[in-house]
Amino acid sequence: MRRLIGLALGLGAAGAAAFWLLTRPADLPGDTLARLQTHTGDATNGEAVFWAAGCASCHAAPGLDMASPTGDRLRLGGGHAFVTPFGTFRAPNVSMHPTEGIGAWTLEQFAQAVMAGVSPQGAHYYPAFPYTTYARARPEDIADLWAFWQGLPAVDTPSQPHDIGFPFSVRRGLGLWKLLNFDPAFVAPPSDDPQLARGRYLVEALGHCAECHTPRDITGGLDRSQWLAGAANPAGDGRIPALPPQGWSAGNIAAYLQSGFTPEFDVVGGSMADVIANMSRIAPEDRDAIAGYLLAFRSSPNR
Amino acid sequence: MYKKAALIATFASLSLSSAAFADEQADPNVNARHAYMSLLAYNLGVLGGMAQAQMPYDSDMAATAAANLHALSQVDTTRMWAEGTDNFSLDGTRALPAIWENPDDFVARFAALTTASEAMAAAAGTDLASLQGAVGALGASCGGCHRAYREPE
Ligand code: HEC
Ligand code: HEC
Ligand code: HEC
Repeated sequence: MRRLIGLALGLGAAGAAAFWLLTRPADLPGDTLARLQTHTGDATNGEAVFWAAGCASCHAAPGLDMASPTGDRLRLGGGHAFVTPFGTFRAPNVSMHPTEGIGAWTLEQFAQAVMAGVSPQGAHYYPAFPYTTYARARPEDIADLWAFWQGLPAVDTPSQPHDIGFPFSVRRGLGLWKLLNFDPAFVAPPSDDPQLARGRYLVEALGHCAECHTPRDITGGLDRSQWLAGAANPAGDGRIPALPPQGWSAGNIAAYLQSGFTPEFDVVGGSMADVIANMSRIAPEDRDAIAGYLLAFRSSPNR
Repeated sequence: MYKKAALIATFASLSLSSAAFADEQADPNVNARHAYMSLLAYNLGVLGGMAQAQMPYDSDMAATAAANLHALSQVDTTRMWAEGTDNFSLDGTRALPAIWENPDDFVARFAALTTASEAMAAAAGTDLASLQGAVGALGASCGGCHRAYREPE
């Protein structure tokens, strides 16, 4: 009996140790750090990254809509709530405020949060923060983003706590989620065509289109075999459409991303309206590149 | 085997006809607001089409479309948004219950359409550049309401 208990305890300890090792928050790889540190930040490119990556959709004040001025979208006091099957997440204050926001952070801490989903204290972030997408970004772009961040206003709104039940409230457990679902490899094959390559980068590394347009499995991970094939709307009971929409040309898609107008002149709504607010602020060539990338999926079923 | 195929076919035709039936029985308020929204899109199509250079700029046509939108924005549509016609209570509508939880904001969204279409009515007949300058705010007034009050399909 004693031996049995001893064995069970031993196994339990081994299991706990394995859990501990497997779920350990990882640092950024050495070459990513080197590329961050040797790069001279360019705030102008950083602003382009900011709009393409859509940070404002979640971190600007929740009440904004398409008509809100640019200045309001740069005030990153947070507060946006995301209702998911795992609980309600609230985007924190990531403004330059030294105590309520991230004004006192270093470039390395910022990049580790955005690209690895790990906080300065070494805790995992929830994937409601789409670092799973940003992990594919070029470190130089993240350094430029941080250079742009330095000029953003400090907002003193305190961050709101998440509302999540056990066991999802245990951040360490996210290490397991990351083992299952955090795959920084690109989905579409690389392309020699510069426009397609740019589109792939914009969609898969910054625009996080797949976070909404790709269905998820029961663990909440994206089903890469159904990339952009349309998904249930997490915020209600409608459906998020498949990309590219049936019958739309590249010009139709680029015009929609710029204006929110469909080919029938219906106007965008739901969470996509915030995406359009960002996409209307990127370069026209980049909207064309996204359209080109999406059309390459035309041959998939139903699209 | 044959029986199973026949059964499937019967069920398929049953579900098809019940879908058609549901459509015929659609709530008249829902029909009316879809028709109203289609008129908005029809007129926006002229302005948006010119702004995006999908059709040549024509000052009369643009001015008419803008005036139509401005007039439509002032139609009293209150009855079309009858209580109990949200997308949780009825099929065939994408109108979210939030409309009835925030009636003042919903009315303010219509007022925003009036403001934006008034600015467009002042600009559309002048020249293409003026039209292009006003189309963003006009689209944003539609999108602002769809963002908050319309479910994705
Ligand atoms: C889809 C919504 C969403 C988008 C888009 C988004 N974030 Fe976040 N972000 C969140 C959420 C939710 C959290 C909180 C995660 C947690 O607590 O585990 C967060 C956390 C953060 C944090 C950590 C803050 C802290 O105090 O620890 C940083 C930094 C951050 N985001 C930066 C960014 C940047 C930079 C971008 C754009 C490149 C971005 N976010 C885009 C939702 C988002
Ligand atoms: C005050 C809110 C509001 C404004 C402003 C508004 N819409 Fe809508 N729109 C809605 C709602 C709500 C629905 C969904 C109605 C339903 O399904 O019952 C809708 C639906 C639509 C539809 C789909 C109709 C259908 O047959 O399903 C189109 C097209 C449309 N709107 C175009 C526009 C255009 C164009 C504008 C601006 C010129 C506009 N809307 C302004 C609230 C608004
Ligand atoms: C936050 C969730 C979210 C993200 C991120 C997102 N979308 Fe969407 N998208 C939606 C929703 C919701 C709709 C339906 C819009 C509506 O109801 O009017 C939509 C609609 C669309 C449509 C129109 C489809 C149609 O059939 O009408 C296109 C095109 C599109 N998205 C492209 C993109 C691209 C490109 C990206 C990345 C840059 C992106 N989306 C990112 C949620 C999202």
